[in-house]
Amino acid sequence: MESSGLLPLVPLVVLLPVAGLLINIIFGGRMNEKVIGVVASGASGLAFVVSALLGFSLWSGSGEAVVVPFADWIHIGDLNVAWNFRVDTLSVLMMLVVSGVGTLIHIYAIGYMHEDVRFKNDPGRYRRFFVFLNLFIAMMMILVSGDSYLMLFVGWEGVGLCSFLLIGFWYDMDTLGRPSFANSNAARKAFITNRIGDLGFLLAGFTMFWWFKDLSFAGVFNQAAYIASISPGVILFITLFLLVGVAGKSAQLPLYVWLPDAMAGPTPVSALIHAATMVTAGVYLVARSAPLYTLVPQAQTTVALVGGITALFAATIAVGQYDIKKVLAYSTISQLGFMVAAVGMGAFVGGMFHLVTHAFFKALLFLSAGSVILGLERGHHHLPHGNREDSHAEVFDPGDMRNMGGLRKQMPVTFWLYLIGALALAGIFPLAGFWSKDEILADAFHKFPAVYWLLTLAAFLTAFYMGRQVWMVFFGKPRHAATEHAQESPGVITIPLMILAALAIVGGGLNLPGVHSLTLWLEHTIAGVEAGEFNFLVAGLSTILALAAIALSWVLYGRHPLVEGQKDPLKKLLGPLFTVFERKYWVDEAYWAIFVNRYVDVSRFLADVIDGRFWHDWFHEKVLAGTYNWLSRTVLDLRVDQQFIDAIANGLGDLTRRISGSLRRLQNGFVRSYALAVLTGTVIILGYLILK
Amino acid sequence: MAQTIPLSWYLAISAALFAMGALGVLIRRNPLIIFMSVELMLNAANLAFVAFARSFDVLTGQIFVFFVMTVSAAEVAVGLALIIIIFRNKHSIDVDLLNSLKG
Repeated sequence: MESSGLLPLVPLVVLLPVAGLLINIIFGGRMNEKVIGVVASGASGLAFVVSALLGFSLWSGSGEAVVVPFADWIHIGDLNVAWNFRVDTLSVLMMLVVSGVGTLIHIYAIGYMHEDVRFKNDPGRYRRFFVFLNLFIAMMMILVSGDSYLMLFVGWEGVGLCSFLLIGFWYDMDTLGRPSFANSNAARKAFITNRIGDLGFLLAGFTMFWWFKDLSFAGVFNQAAYIASISPGVILFITLFLLVGVAGKSAQLPLYVWLPDAMAGPTPVSALIHAATMVTAGVYLVARSAPLYTLVPQAQTTVALVGGITALFAATIAVGQYDIKKVLAYSTISQLGFMVAAVGMGAFVGGMFHLVTHAFFKALLFLSAGSVILGLERGHHHLPHGNREDSHAEVFDPGDMRNMGGLRKQMPVTFWLYLIGALALAGIFPLAGFWSKDEILADAFHKFPAVYWLLTLAAFLTAFYMGRQVWMVFFGKPRHAATEHAQESPGVITIPLMILAALAIVGGGLNLPGVHSLTLWLEHTIAGVEAGEFNFLVAGLSTILALAAIALSWVLYGRHPLVEGQKDPLKKLLGPLFTVFERKYWVDEAYWAIFVNRYVDVSRFLADVIDGRFWHDWFHEKVLAGTYNWLSRTVLDLRVDQQFIDAIANGLGDLTRRISGSLRRLQNGFVRSYALAVLTGTVIILGYLILK
Repeated sequence: MAQTIPLSWYLAISAALFAMGALGVLIRRNPLIIFMSVELMLNAANLAFVAFARSFDVLTGQIFVFFVMTVSAAEVAVGLALIIIIFRNKHSIDVDLLNSLKG
């Protein structure tokens, strides 16, 4: 069989997860948890198989992009938008990451959600979780496989919806399970912040349509050079507004604020959507739009700077966090900054490489963190008072690293897995993060020194906060009774983690210096990519910095482990600066003061003054209701009805009465007078007849 | 009988009798008298019938007179019965007392 004959299979990557979620919606009520989880994981796993077949057929074929028509969508005048799939090396790479990591997280979620729904006392939500998860996979596949900016936007919005649904999965409680709006507020924050980014995307799309009269990738890219030559501002406008969309979806400055709050979702969601796949959609978008970005160096500079500043900014915040998932969330923002900086300065392969390896080790870290949290939950339940129904004053936070400590004894498997993820993220040779981060740093060193220093500093901080986290969580002594009783997670949770850990170890093999398999793979899609040189100076410096950072974290957190109630040692060292990190630069507070409260003021003004006083009190009550009352009461009731219509009716009555009053006198009751009338009448008629 | 009384004389007597009858009906209050006046009017009509019948030499008028006499006899029978009932109710037969239909 001709291998390119496999390419028409591509709609299956969307249809299989949809089939999975439909099965779970329709029949899930009668299936037990295992079957639901297997159906969802199977749907995702089959999508991975299809993606792998597509990748194989591209690899064995020419590797050039193939457009697979699937369905017509919009016909308006000259505008024809079809739902076409684009199979090329870039989209297949994304499909493999999404479905591969997605499948592992599905399997993990079978075990995680089984316990989570029980700790939160609502097993009924188990099925809903997998329906949402499959929907997410389908939407992400639409995003990466669409052949036009419009289809990409469909997926873009679809994954935004899934993100909203899954952040707010426990919508009626906060992260500690207490009744609250905290989780649903986090979900809305993510959704609304993303709307701002989507507005940028939409403006870019409108401009694109206005100038190119086409939204398909090929159509846009073919005309891009010509449009750039007659009107360079257009491309700059499009690329900068796409950057706004990227900043929203990929959590870059200044729209990153939703991602840390998104940790309110269950941990598999944090791993899949808010670390490995959805948030990388922005990186994919820039890489996909490479033909546009390479035309406007100003836009590239902007993207690279945004990415670099975000990488450093978020890394400093991560240093000051105590929540195990919050550290990872800021780390994700920081690493996304690396990728955005890379694709911004034209190192598209480096960005995509880091996207893939980051998906491996950040998913591993999040899922291991979930395992830690579950272990503490189990320990908490084993305590004599460890019953959620108890109203004991102290609320136990299983995500707070200050409660942890010494967990490597209770949870050895999770500890080793976490350690691999942390070292990969820190960029220690020869783990995946070392190769991908180094490629970005080497590219930045050549192309954009300012960003190189930003990223190097961020990489130093990355190694430091990961070291801090590992010391705090797994070393020293337990700082809470629940931690002492923590239990290791079962195989359904740890086995996907082992696969991810293996990937985090060998993932660097995708694009080893000198081999450049990913570069060769992607050069079919992204024109003009060049294999980055391995720079020993850069690699050596970053390795030394990473090791120094880990050593520094050992000095602060490993040598004298934290004891219960102790202040963070870094606080002594940095003083107020640590507080700045801990409080996240007060960005949320500033946004509240500058935007949200002003928005609330405007809403209140609109509600109270415009709507309340103007529309309701004045216009509706006074003008409309008043005029109506005046018209009905004064004019119609008093004048027309009472004075005119009644006068006619009464007048007719009076007239009749008066006429009858005079006529009744004829009826006097005397027979003789009637007889006289008859006689008179007869005489008159006869007289008339005779005399006429 | 060459010299016959002309038709107009009969008719004049008939008209005079009818006028007297009608006047009696209109001005008297005693129902018996009124009845008699009605009989006078009927007989004035009878006189006109026979006068015409004789003058035009047809029998129809003569026969019609018998009908009128029969009807007037029946009328008197019903009328007298009514007068008796009225007397029983009102203890009087004055027709001016029967004004219940006054408007």
